[in-house]
Amino acid sequence: MFYREAGQFKTSYKADQAVFPIFQDRIFVAIWLLIGFVAVPMLANEYMFKAIFIPVIIMALAAIGLNLLVGYCGQVSLGSGAFMAVGAYAAYNFMIRVPELNPLICFLLGGLSATAVGVIFGIPSLRIKGFYLAVATLALQFFTDWTFSRIDWFTNYTPSGSIAVQPVEVWGFTFDSPLRKYMLCLSALVLFTIIAKNLVRGRIGRAWMATRDMDVAAEIIGIRPVYAKLSAFAVSSFFIGVAGALWAYVHLGSWEPLAFDINLSFSILFMVIIGGLGSIVGGMLGAAFITLLPLFLNQLPVWLGINMSTAMVSHLEFMIFGALIIFFLAVEPLGLARIWQIIKEKLRLWPFPH
Amino acid sequence: MNYGLVFRALLICLPLTIIGCGQESSDNAGTSSGEATDNTTTVKGGSVDVSDPNAQFIPVLSYRTGPYAPNGMPVANGFTEYLKVINARDGGINGVKISFEECETGYATARSIECYERLKGKGPTGAAVFNPMSTGATFAITEKAPVDKIPLITMGYGRSESRNGGVFPWNFPIYGTYWTAADVLVTHLGNINGSLDNLKGKKIALVYHDSPFGKEPIPLLKKRASMHNFELLTIPVTHPGVEQKSAWIQIRKEKPDYVLLWGWGVMNSTAIKEATGVRYPRDQIYGIWWAGAEPDVRPAAADAVGYQAVSMISSGQAQVHKDILSYIYDNDLGTGEREAVGEVLYNVGLLNAALVVEAIRTAQSKYGEKPLTGEQVRWGIENLSITNETIDALGLTGYMYPVNLSCSDHEGKRAARLHRWNGESWEYSSDWISADDAVLQPMVKDASDTYAKDHNLSTTACNS
Repeated sequence: MFYREAGQFKTSYKADQAVFPIFQDRIFVAIWLLIGFVAVPMLANEYMFKAIFIPVIIMALAAIGLNLLVGYCGQVSLGSGAFMAVGAYAAYNFMIRVPELNPLICFLLGGLSATAVGVIFGIPSLRIKGFYLAVATLALQFFTDWTFSRIDWFTNYTPSGSIAVQPVEVWGFTFDSPLRKYMLCLSALVLFTIIAKNLVRGRIGRAWMATRDMDVAAEIIGIRPVYAKLSAFAVSSFFIGVAGALWAYVHLGSWEPLAFDINLSFSILFMVIIGGLGSIVGGMLGAAFITLLPLFLNQLPVWLGINMSTAMVSHLEFMIFGALIIFFLAVEPLGLARIWQIIKEKLRLWPFPH
Repeated sequence: MNYGLVFRALLICLPLTIIGCGQESSDNAGTSSGEATDNTTTVKGGSVDVSDPNAQFIPVLSYRTGPYAPNGMPVANGFTEYLKVINARDGGINGVKISFEECETGYATARSIECYERLKGKGPTGAAVFNPMSTGATFAITEKAPVDKIPLITMGYGRSESRNGGVFPWNFPIYGTYWTAADVLVTHLGNINGSLDNLKGKKIALVYHDSPFGKEPIPLLKKRASMHNFELLTIPVTHPGVEQKSAWIQIRKEKPDYVLLWGWGVMNSTAIKEATGVRYPRDQIYGIWWAGAEPDVRPAAADAVGYQAVSMISSGQAQVHKDILSYIYDNDLGTGEREAVGEVLYNVGLLNAALVVEAIRTAQSKYGEKPLTGEQVRWGIENLSITNETIDALGLTGYMYPVNLSCSDHEGKRAARLHRWNGESWEYSSDWISADDAVLQPMVKDASDTYAKDHNLSTTACNS
């Protein structure tokens, strides 16, 4: 009843090729955009912006980026933390070495640097697959960890290896308040989501998916694996690189190489797996799940008025968080995006099934 | 047909209503139980509720889980129990009760920032002062504190150049920075060799935690190495520091004359065990004050005897410990073990809390006896003056040192003693050793000028 597409006829090619061919989907997206751009800025407080919305949005961007590679092209990567680091450090170096550059351009250049690194480290994917590729991308992770903590040039010779940056200023407008930072991140997420959604619907995305489903067959029908795999690495690392630059400049403000360590790579991969492989909305759901659930569990006892030591709370947090991950994967191995899809299918008939 | 539809609609509505009611009632249960516990916490053991409008709120960033928990726990216990005893024994600071809330950071920078954001606005006037208890977190919060106007006390850690209050008005590395500690250690090595010039040709290795904390002493040690022509080896150990075989194999190969250990948490006890494994003499290893406590040496047992560390404060009990035992532990309200009261890290937490309390007391002398804002407390810290009489009155004789802070000097004290582990306890093994400010001062000026330039800060000239 709520989600019935009966009667919505597509009478032109344009209507058939729309991003959201179903009317209800368009309404739904419009509502989310309204919530994001109007309701949240009016209602949220500083803590919600800084500790909840901004990290979730940036992580969603990174998860969408990784999903293009893992979910759509089927190339397992454990190097997303490294790509974020490359994006962050490249943006920092462009910013301090070419001060007249616009910071937003620096973020994009950070993304492009990550692209370059991604293409180089994507080359092994032409010969190796699956877990072996994951291990090869792990090498990238250790390589960047080493690079940014040992080569002082990248950190501009700061003695402790920790970088502190100024607020982002574009044409005299400073992104210093939490609201402005939030708007910057949200706009970036919307823009990149549109790009990602259109990429995966088009020729390139179909080439990626064909490669993922069966690379030999894809090659036979005329898809060049070199092009498909390397373009997936390039686009994915660009997204993740931009996310890294935003993470460093907008969220952290000051960071050390440890901020982009292997744990970050793992958590982005978990976001993609729990959110749903091969789904744009899955990246967002996964990012929200992995980022917010620990915070929620950590504060729940205080909200309920239960007096508990912080150590106990954080042990419980780990246990419940782990149990919930297993629960979700056991109930729906295809991720939160699949649960959302099932809900939509049920909503076609609900509450009056045959 | 129609009846069937209506029946189905009813069937669907019924469970929805029940769920709705259920949620409502459980909400009620939640709030009522919340109120009940709030009331009990207000009365018990020196703990005051955070929502109390007449209490001064102090945020506590602590880590009681993860690889740094053995060291994080005693610090947090010492800190919070001092605040509790101030409430229970003195009725607060000049009658203003202290409320506090702990937030678990796990020593992770990202989580520390989240805790900072969570706690900074609590209480009637917001957070009085933050003690990040992690150098990485201090670097991150240093960027945020000036915006929120909340001071940071980083007792014995943090940015070494932040003692320059002209550039870092909100940072207070009281009782020593890492540059001070490194300089004290080099001076001590000079003393035992006759003079600093006799260090020529010696080899000193720095085994450090690969983070801003561990890297902080390197600029000073490099400068000292070029001044006295000793060779400096820097050997990083990856977080959390349980894997350091290669570091100690390198030490066995290079045979340095001394090893400086810049570790925290499990890294320290592992280092001492590994040193035993490669038969490196423990009495040639010198730790930073974060590597000189009971959790660092107890796991290594007899192998740790002779190991020394620079000391901010050693173990033992003063009058205030007896008060803590009688007011808190005798009422079964202690967070830790009764035996742990008076251990090195417990005393570090206690000393840190005492500085916070005295800073607030100083600020109250100007702004009145009521909960104060971070900005007001900052004035209190900068004008902090602790004399021997204050220390005696606080019951901290021998466990707190006189200190005078000013705008140009946020550190206050640049001298420390060494203490040695004798298998049972820590005992002082040297006199007070002063760091050479002629070496430190130019470095502080350079580093803080660079920071000011990078951040387009207008440096305030310190007049006071």
